[in-house]
Amino acid sequence: MFTEIDTVTMDEPAANGPALKPWRAKKRIRGKPVNKADGSCDTRAEWVSHIRRIRDAQDQAAFAELFQHFAPRIKAFLIKSGSDVTLAEECAQEVMATLWHKAHLFDPTRATVATWVFTIARNKRIDVLRKQRRPEPENLGWGPEAEPGQDDIVALQQETAQLRNAMAALPDAQRQLIEKAYFGDLSHREIASQTGLPLGTIKSRIRLALDRLRHAMN
Amino acid sequence: MNNKIKHHLTDDLLMAYAAGSLPEAFDLMVATHLSLCDHCRAQAESFDAVGGCVLQDQDTSDSMGDGALAATMALIAQGAPVAKPVRPGCSVLPAPLQDYVGGDVNDIRWRRIGMGVKQAILPTTRDATARLLFIPAGAAVPDHSHNGVELTMVLQGAFSDEVDHFIRGDVEIADEDLHHMPTADITEDCICLAVTDAPLKFNKLVPRLLQPFLQI
Repeated sequence: MFTEIDTVTMDEPAANGPALKPWRAKKRIRGKPVNKADGSCDTRAEWVSHIRRIRDAQDQAAFAELFQHFAPRIKAFLIKSGSDVTLAEECAQEVMATLWHKAHLFDPTRATVATWVFTIARNKRIDVLRKQRRPEPENLGWGPEAEPGQDDIVALQQETAQLRNAMAALPDAQRQLIEKAYFGDLSHREIASQTGLPLGTIKSRIRLALDRLRHAMN
Repeated sequence: MNNKIKHHLTDDLLMAYAAGSLPEAFDLMVATHLSLCDHCRAQAESFDAVGGCVLQDQDTSDSMGDGALAATMALIAQGAPVAKPVRPGCSVLPAPLQDYVGGDVNDIRWRRIGMGVKQAILPTTRDATARLLFIPAGAAVPDHSHNGVELTMVLQGAFSDEVDHFIRGDVEIADEDLHHMPTADITEDCICLAVTDAPLKFNKLVPRLLQPFLQI
């Protein structure tokens, strides 16, 4: 249940390493102009308009398409997180219902739809499988905003696509450990017993993987 | 937003928060720090994005059952669950902490633990403990070390110990090897959030004897 806190690195505050700046720090402020790397539009940008159609018009056709894409992925994710098939199916339905109800809260300048769906699925897992509350950070006090800028949305889409490519390019051993960590409820120690790897190797592989991702993003 | 924070959370904690594998008390610490620290909030959102990529790459051979979409539409038709009211953060307690206190700083139910120091245990799962600490201006928390990991974040005032000086938003991460005696600045009473995954060990006889009754 308990993810082991890595005491070895606890004394290294995140601000000290030069490689530790936030990957997206350059566009924290909404409305600032963003340089487009290229004009291509990621296909996943479509999902943003699907969420808007749900928010603005309770569009069931848009929802059905989102459901077809995401529900099976949520189900697979929950099964890998330790849920049985029946519960995973139920939870996937509840996650998709939450997506409908919270469509007005989705901010496409801070997360892609896939990232947002992941956070809802993760919170569902914490609630149902771990029976635990999930404290979330305070809402940013930016006040009511006009419709977010298309440039910011596109920039975030591109960066996330870049991150996904970087993850695909990781050596298998590193990528698998990152995935296992995200299936949750798996401490480094449990990953060690599953994979037969020593704890130190797991920690250094995860760190190497993060270094590679950062390098690819900078 | 406080840009003077210089003691941040580690990648390990931020990634585990994004993955959803921390004990509740540690989630509370991370959520509270992110409420005050743009730097770590951006990092945490990046780790959420890694989770989004993991989700996207799930294979979909395990398809949903027949009628799953119709069942979900029926769920939606039951209406949205009642959203809990969003608390505005107050000058001392960020919103996630207000949820656990059930109000703001005046609603904290302090218990004295000696030498003017007070604490309030927050209701989380028992695999780790979260508590608020009140250290009078100029006073010290008894010299102690830890069996596990202890994170301490300043909410009001400031404290110093053998390691450094910590102000609002700063997190001190202490492990077994650190014996420390945090001392509040003289200018203001200090309020901290402290989480630990194991009981504290006090190095003076009386606090150690009291420990089981104090839940720390």
